[in-house]
Amino acid sequence: MKAALLSRSFWRGAAGLLFLLALWEIFARSELFTQALTPPLTSIAKVAWRITLDGSLPQNAAYTLARVLIGLSLACLVGIPIGMLMGRFRAAERFFLPLVSVFMPIPSLAWVPLFILWFGIGDVTTLLVVGYAATFPVIYNTWTGVRAVNPLWVRSALSMGAGQRQLFRSVVLPGASPYVFTGVRLAFGRAWIAVIGGEMLANPAAGLGRAIFDAREFLDSEVMLASIIAIGVVGLGFERVVFQSIENRTIARWGMVSAAGAR
Amino acid sequence: MGAPFLLLAAAWEAVALAGVFPPKLFPPLETIFSTLAELAIDGVLWAHTEGTLLRLVLGFLLAAAVGVILGILMGRFQVVEDVFLPAVSFAYPIPGLAYAPLFVLWFGLGDMPAILLVGMASCFVIIINAWKGVKAVKPLWLRAAGVMGANERQMFWKVILPAALPYILTGLRLGLAQAWRILVVVEMLTAVEHGLGWMIFGAQEFLNTDVMLSGILVIGLVGLLLEKQVFERLERYTVVRWGMLTA
Repeated sequence: MKAALLSRSFWRGAAGLLFLLALWEIFARSELFTQALTPPLTSIAKVAWRITLDGSLPQNAAYTLARVLIGLSLACLVGIPIGMLMGRFRAAERFFLPLVSVFMPIPSLAWVPLFILWFGIGDVTTLLVVGYAATFPVIYNTWTGVRAVNPLWVRSALSMGAGQRQLFRSVVLPGASPYVFTGVRLAFGRAWIAVIGGEMLANPAAGLGRAIFDAREFLDSEVMLASIIAIGVVGLGFERVVFQSIENRTIARWGMVSAAGAR
Repeated sequence: MGAPFLLLAAAWEAVALAGVFPPKLFPPLETIFSTLAELAIDGVLWAHTEGTLLRLVLGFLLAAAVGVILGILMGRFQVVEDVFLPAVSFAYPIPGLAYAPLFVLWFGLGDMPAILLVGMASCFVIIINAWKGVKAVKPLWLRAAGVMGANERQMFWKVILPAALPYILTGLRLGLAQAWRILVVVEMLTAVEHGLGWMIFGAQEFLNTDVMLSGILVIGLVGLLLEKQVFERLERYTVVRWGMLTA
């Protein structure tokens, strides 16, 4: 019963998507705009296939993804300890919270021109911008997570004779983990945006953002659209496959979230 | 509250005065603030800020209009949902920024592509939330209103809209934050006439680090004001007052 329902909504969705794609195809072939600017689907697909086969699209995607992951790791390295300190110690909270709330609303990409002057064009600038974008969601969520740990657990662990270290490892860390995880997931989304901007403005080497930016010079809108689609597919795929499986393996298994395991 | 900033400022000043980096690239605070004051008195700063805010508001209004209407229609009518949901959920995770070069090709440089890009980047989250909000209206309320003889119009204004409003506002809030995050770069990429992003980008050519830092400072300030003043107020005046959320 449920499977039948699911497949019906699947077919409906597929029909809807086909309808929109057909609209685009008619629009593109009508030559309302020149086809160089709004290419029909067939030529987008052809170009996408070509740049996949010659390896440039996968290579660019790999570069972009690697930059996101390195930036994200930087953000975790900085963000999780700061967030934990803020959640555990009032003094740390009083020190970092004003800084965080002032720097958080500054879009990371606003720093790009300055970072270019400081660190030159290249990977350092791109990674820093990605890291900047990703750090704040991690800090914010870790901080919230530590404060959300049930105080009863902390008190009972303490009264059962747990040391600070044990308390941290066995109670606070697992207790805060769902929030930390949400923060990292959110940070991935931010980093994914920042990396595109960072590559366009500050990175001469490969990358999907760079590919789109360079394709503009040659009016190569097929490459642009193919790369945009690749950005969507890689981002979504990574988020769904990797994050979901990490979540299932860690916090769902520890019994911190019930929904993830049930799905 | 002020102590962390004083510490940060002192550290900055120490590094700047120690001359580790050339002062042109790492100016001391007094240079930054005198530049900021100069730009403010000149009126240059206001022109750029005004340009940025105007673009933010126009792009966001566009996204809000399209997003809320489409989202509600998707939630209310199955056909609309069938047609748009797959496309929306596919386009949602693609950063709006990725379209920037394409939009420049399509619409040229300047305000038009900038506003459209900002609108595009922020509309998907608004659509998704409005759609979810309408879907989440309690069927009991709909049935009760129907039984008591509400027509389609009353149903919409008295039941669906207030019930979906917390979701819609969440969407608008996320959308505005999204718009704000990419607006600055969009200005750099589309070469608008006045805008804080453009001011920062232009200053790079002349190694005017003090102008860049002033721009970043103003951007941070505007962002903070948006968050604290616009959203929190909006939320207080509407949903909380109607009893849909507890403050």
